[in-house]
Amino acid sequence: MSDLPEPVRNPEIKYTQIFINNEWHNSVSGKTFPTINPATEEKIADVQEGDKADVDKAVAAARAAFKLGSPWRTMDASQRGRLMHKLADLVERDSVYLASLEVLDNGKPFVDAYEGDLGEIVNVLRYYAGWSDKVCGKTIPVDGPMFSYTRHEPVGVCGQIIPWNYPLPMMAWKIGPALACGNTVILKPAEQTPLTALHVAALVVEAGFPPGVMNVVPGYGPTAGAAIAEHMDVDKVAFTGSTEVGRIIQQAAGKSNLKRVSLELGGKSPLIVFADSDLDDAVETAHGALFGNMGQCCCAGSRTFVEETIYDEFVKRSVARANSHTVGQGFDLKVDHGPQVDKEQFDKILALIEKGKEEGAQLGCGGSRHGDKGYFVQPTVFYDVQDHMKIATDEIFGPVQSIIKFKSIEEAIDRANNTTYGLAAGVFTKDIDKALTIANSVQAGSVWVNCYDPGTLQAPFGGFKMSGHGRELGEYALHEYTEVKTVTIKLPQKC
Amino acid sequence: MAAPYLPTPNPNPEIKYTQLFINNEFVNSESGKTFPTINPATGEKICDVQEAEKADVDKAVAAARAAFKLGTPWRNLDASQRGRLLYKLADLMERDKDYLANLETLDNGKPLFESYYVDVLEPIKIVRYFAGWCDKITGKTIPVDGPYFTYTRHEPVGVCGQIIPWNFPINMVVWKLGPALACGNTCVLKPAEQTPLTALYLAALVKEAGFPPGVVNVLPGYGPSCGAHIVEHLDVDKVAFTGSTEVGKIIQAAAGGSNLKRVSLELGGKSPNIIFADADMDHAVEQAHQALFFNMGQCCCAGSRTFVEESVYDEFVKRSVERAKKRTVGSPFDPKNEQGPQIDDEQFQKILGLIESGKTQGAKLNCGGARHGDKGFFIEPTVFSDVGDDMTIAKEEIFGPVMSIFKFKNIEEVIERANNTTYGLAAAVFTKDINKALTIANSVKAGTVWVNCYNAITPQTPFGGFKQSGNGRELGEYALEEYCEVKTVTVKLPGKM
Repeated sequence: MSDLPEPVRNPEIKYTQIFINNEWHNSVSGKTFPTINPATEEKIADVQEGDKADVDKAVAAARAAFKLGSPWRTMDASQRGRLMHKLADLVERDSVYLASLEVLDNGKPFVDAYEGDLGEIVNVLRYYAGWSDKVCGKTIPVDGPMFSYTRHEPVGVCGQIIPWNYPLPMMAWKIGPALACGNTVILKPAEQTPLTALHVAALVVEAGFPPGVMNVVPGYGPTAGAAIAEHMDVDKVAFTGSTEVGRIIQQAAGKSNLKRVSLELGGKSPLIVFADSDLDDAVETAHGALFGNMGQCCCAGSRTFVEETIYDEFVKRSVARANSHTVGQGFDLKVDHGPQVDKEQFDKILALIEKGKEEGAQLGCGGSRHGDKGYFVQPTVFYDVQDHMKIATDEIFGPVQSIIKFKSIEEAIDRANNTTYGLAAGVFTKDIDKALTIANSVQAGSVWVNCYDPGTLQAPFGGFKMSGHGRELGEYALHEYTEVKTVTIKLPQKC
Repeated sequence: MAAPYLPTPNPNPEIKYTQLFINNEFVNSESGKTFPTINPATGEKICDVQEAEKADVDKAVAAARAAFKLGTPWRNLDASQRGRLLYKLADLMERDKDYLANLETLDNGKPLFESYYVDVLEPIKIVRYFAGWCDKITGKTIPVDGPYFTYTRHEPVGVCGQIIPWNFPINMVVWKLGPALACGNTCVLKPAEQTPLTALYLAALVKEAGFPPGVVNVLPGYGPSCGAHIVEHLDVDKVAFTGSTEVGKIIQAAAGGSNLKRVSLELGGKSPNIIFADADMDHAVEQAHQALFFNMGQCCCAGSRTFVEESVYDEFVKRSVERAKKRTVGSPFDPKNEQGPQIDDEQFQKILGLIESGKTQGAKLNCGGARHGDKGFFIEPTVFSDVGDDMTIAKEEIFGPVMSIFKFKNIEEVIERANNTTYGLAAAVFTKDINKALTIANSVKAGTVWVNCYNAITPQTPFGGFKQSGNGRELGEYALEEYCEVKTVTVKLPGKM
């Protein structure tokens, strides 16, 4: 494990404006909004608040940059890749600063921000840089004296609305495939965490991207986000966030210009532990599957199904593990559990915990606020959770593990699938038949066997059912950012 | 408008590496033998280089095999990490680009401008291109009959022998190493005896980039005493060769005679360049000129049969001759020269012999036809017209600055004559007519067809031959197929699902 560098404990806030056409702008309205440090509940800085008028400006810039004949449209695909590679190098150069800024704005422990978030944004950008000149169409043996081929053209102006839980990786998951395919982008970072996206925007200029290719408009969902989703000149919107807002966005797309929509939404992912699994490994992985990022993960393993015969031991070990955290603010390098991102999440999580107690789940540990300042929630374990309880049906997005008993594989599959969500699932077993049966039967976009969320950016990720549409990461992400054109040329004869 | 950048010419670059490169170390040959590498512009020796023979091939193959074993650093690297190493190699080539260009001009004789743009900058792009592929080489899951879960893995082939020519030395190294390393193989590469120096320098950069020992090994030496042992070796899983069709056939036979190693070949050509009357004449003349004369004519895909439609034939010949006469020949370090020497005496004599056959068989000599100057292997830009399809210069690959212009009447005839060869590497057509363009493109038996351009080869485009111009493709995604071994895995499921 490489040595962790010292964080920058008071990082300078350099960029707080709206980024359009490679320039910094104040909001048209003059309004600003505060971004809060969730460990202290104090304001970090005021940020220019984008609204419809700013979105209009950004869309116009992105549209102009996308016109045929523009520098971006006439650049070799491989050159797009060079620019993306350069951006990745610059993010890597500034990674200690960016990780520190993220601790301030998001609250996560520095080690997670530096090794997790920064490592991921750099790797994802480099991965998609490599795809730029490998996005191919086909030539097709059609009937008739015709020469037919497809072009995988860029979709156009892409609105991208991202959440606050992994601000920089979420930015890379969106802009990576979009830029690789030759699109232009308007990105709206979450209002809770605008700062790191704005710094990356400055690096976009330094990397040499032409103006208008990347635009960043900080602001709120109902104003700036809605303006993007409803805009008549945005060709595609990509959103990661709650299922509730995902439905609003899909409706807005239908009502406006039928813009293409990809959604990566919530989950209530089952993690199924069989009696033959390595118990220590399963306990530890199931723990990380839920408590990682303070439980603020769309694919968190939030329903831990444990086979009857090992249930009691599993609960005992899971409670002990949950009790072993050091809760505190992210710049303290001993800390491995930070605050939740804001008051709204904090209140919601505590309310769901109360519901859990009320509905009769057994509390193994935690169950309240930690301390009296900052949005800290104690790592909490419920057991003897029943499928109908709110903590078993609703996405909590907090450090609250629910351990549920099951008897047979058929029952586990049925109960795992009994949800409108379908983002991910995990299974722990050494038995090859059980592993493959679960993998093939569970309705989830990602199934992990004897691991959970290992961070494989070359493999696609996305939801079944109401966990979303479309896939991100891997080659599959490119499909969301290309528009297929078929060209058919009449030949003088069949040849 | 500013002139394009040219590195400062340095006819005396320091020669740093003259030994064999095995297991990330530079070592002498087992026999102690050396061979000279010659400066073709002067005919003088540049330096002596260690000469690899069978014992050295055995050592290198053993090193490559050890590096390929399951569990080694190379096999345990994430695919994306292989890509990081390749990107690092590209960055190091970019750091040393001026030096590499000068070294290439010294050893190969090509003008410095071309060493820089074609043989240094382009290979850097190719390395970056393949770096991007590493973690994108995917197999499939397949809906088979029966209660089975079936998937394919695209595994590396193993130890790859790679034997490359002297005409584009740095390019040829990366065309071979790029896809091989991207797919996770280990390599034993033999550069041409005429041009070992840049390959050895690149070996040093491979080490500096951080590739584990044994992944890349470079053995300078000769075909019959070194290349042959790579090709016949029972522990080499695949051989890739670029060079003459004659040697390509020997290699394929040797693979069959030894361990059935996989073979890919990129061989010679006699590529037709077809000019219709409606083509932009100036553009076609210039393109056809470069198609033949580029790299002193030493290009496997040279447009060496220029077919011109009857009604524009005389004008085309006239302008081509004018252009050839203006071609400046001389020291490749002097930026005013477009053409340097041929690579060595053997090529030089062969070309002059073929020129004589053109004269005796009745082709019309319009310009050139003899040696240029009296030192170094320089040949005058030569243009024959009224060439008959049966003449030796029409059938044999010359690999020199000798243009042959043929007359044709109609499209059906020219397609037949273009295809009337055992070669099939490339072809081109110049026309504004969409129907003519697509008919030629679809009818000519050639691995690459250019329309209104020539030699447009990029990292992304597959390149290779039909018929006796070779097997397999290089560059582009298709190159990866040559360096993967497909494994099918089928797992019984408890039921159909």
